[in-house]
Amino acid sequence: MKKTILALTLLITLYSCKQSDKKETPPATPKEITDLSVYNLPAKWTNQDGKDIELKSLRGNVLVMVMIYTSCKSACPRLVADMRDIESKLSQNTKQNVKLILVSIDPKTDTPKRLKSFAIENKMNQDPWIFLRSSEENTREFAAVLAVNYKKISPVDFSHSNIISVFNPEGELIFQQEGLGVNNQKTIEAINNEAAKI
Amino acid sequence: MKKYIFILTLFFSASSVVKAQETGMAFIKEGSFVPLYGAVSKNPVAVKSFYIDIYPVTNRDFLAFIRKNPLYQKSRIKGIFADKSYLAYWPADFDFGNANPKSPVTNVSWFAAKKYCECEGKRLATMDEWEYVAMADTKKSDARTKKEFNEYILSWYEKSKTYENETGKTFRNYWGVYDMHGLVWEWTSDFNSIFLSGESRKDKSTDKNLFCGSGSVNATDLMDYAAFMRYAFRGSLKAQYSTRNLGFRCASSVKPKSNLN
Repeated sequence: MKKTILALTLLITLYSCKQSDKKETPPATPKEITDLSVYNLPAKWTNQDGKDIELKSLRGNVLVMVMIYTSCKSACPRLVADMRDIESKLSQNTKQNVKLILVSIDPKTDTPKRLKSFAIENKMNQDPWIFLRSSEENTREFAAVLAVNYKKISPVDFSHSNIISVFNPEGELIFQQEGLGVNNQKTIEAINNEAAKI
Repeated sequence: MKKYIFILTLFFSASSVVKAQETGMAFIKEGSFVPLYGAVSKNPVAVKSFYIDIYPVTNRDFLAFIRKNPLYQKSRIKGIFADKSYLAYWPADFDFGNANPKSPVTNVSWFAAKKYCECEGKRLATMDEWEYVAMADTKKSDARTKKEFNEYILSWYEKSKTYENETGKTFRNYWGVYDMHGLVWEWTSDFNSIFLSGESRKDKSTDKNLFCGSGSVNATDLMDYAAFMRYAFRGSLKAQYSTRNLGFRCASSVKPKSNLN
């Protein structure tokens, strides 16, 4: 009898889809994750140190995110420069509440090792910079959230939208800067405002 | 207690039978084709062999999915996964109202469509896979140069409310697949890989190469204006969007387990 129940339970578990239920949300923080939060995404990511992280672990920080790939010769260096420019203009008082994150759209090439050497080359191998990669599927999903389009157009090249996104400490998208080398004053204001609330 | 378990077992075996019948998929043999849009070069794109659902997912199918995945109910789905029009024509969480159970489910976001397929042990088709299947008419695997074929597709674009029709009522194509044209638009896994100019985001890094390069209008392009419409539509989508004329079907790289065919 017990066996049957066990078998049944197993069967039922098999039936219900993974990750579909609320059980898994760890009560690390008392407040529930909001509806529009990027922390609803269950995806696992790996940083430039080869460490696995969930986006959720970044909760409580203002996140500034951009999608790039390290072998990129045209737009990405400018995007990286844009990110660096934003970082340099952040308010010194609240800067510690901000993480600037570069997410790879080319996880095949951009291994953690590769991200690490890119970080070092660009002198971004320290706080507040974080480099992330995941599976192609997770990356596609993340891009969908950010409304970033990208497409592999040759073995080494991608075309992609140039969008820098700002998330509040709850993981809600609050601002997007589109284009290369555009005026970033509003972006910086958005970041500083959010960071000051923490 | 025993009785309860018995009933439960019955319930599950019954639902698995239903499932097996509904996983009807068609085998699509590998090949290559030159997409008319969304590519940077005129080089053929290789498509590996795969399986695709013969019909789009219906209201009834989707209701069964929602019963198993309560977080995808219209009252509970998170804003990040679907906009306000998600299942807008359903009067309630478990009720698609007057809609035909056999009509394609629409007003579903990309996230919900993707989840549905995952729960079936499948995935959404890539855009290249979808287009590869969609270029077939009843007789030929690539009918894109046939005048009548293009006329058929374009005439559908002018019809309204075809989403109210039942699945399986359009033509059966070369691969044994129905409703690629004539019923609803469909989500693809990589819909967000489209680059067409003229949309609001003017900042795509190789926009010019992608569009202008292939934008020199010639006879083939004009004939496949239909394809342009599809690519342009996809290019306008965001993953949370859900509209009344947009549904989906699933695909699989491996043979579906419970396929009876």
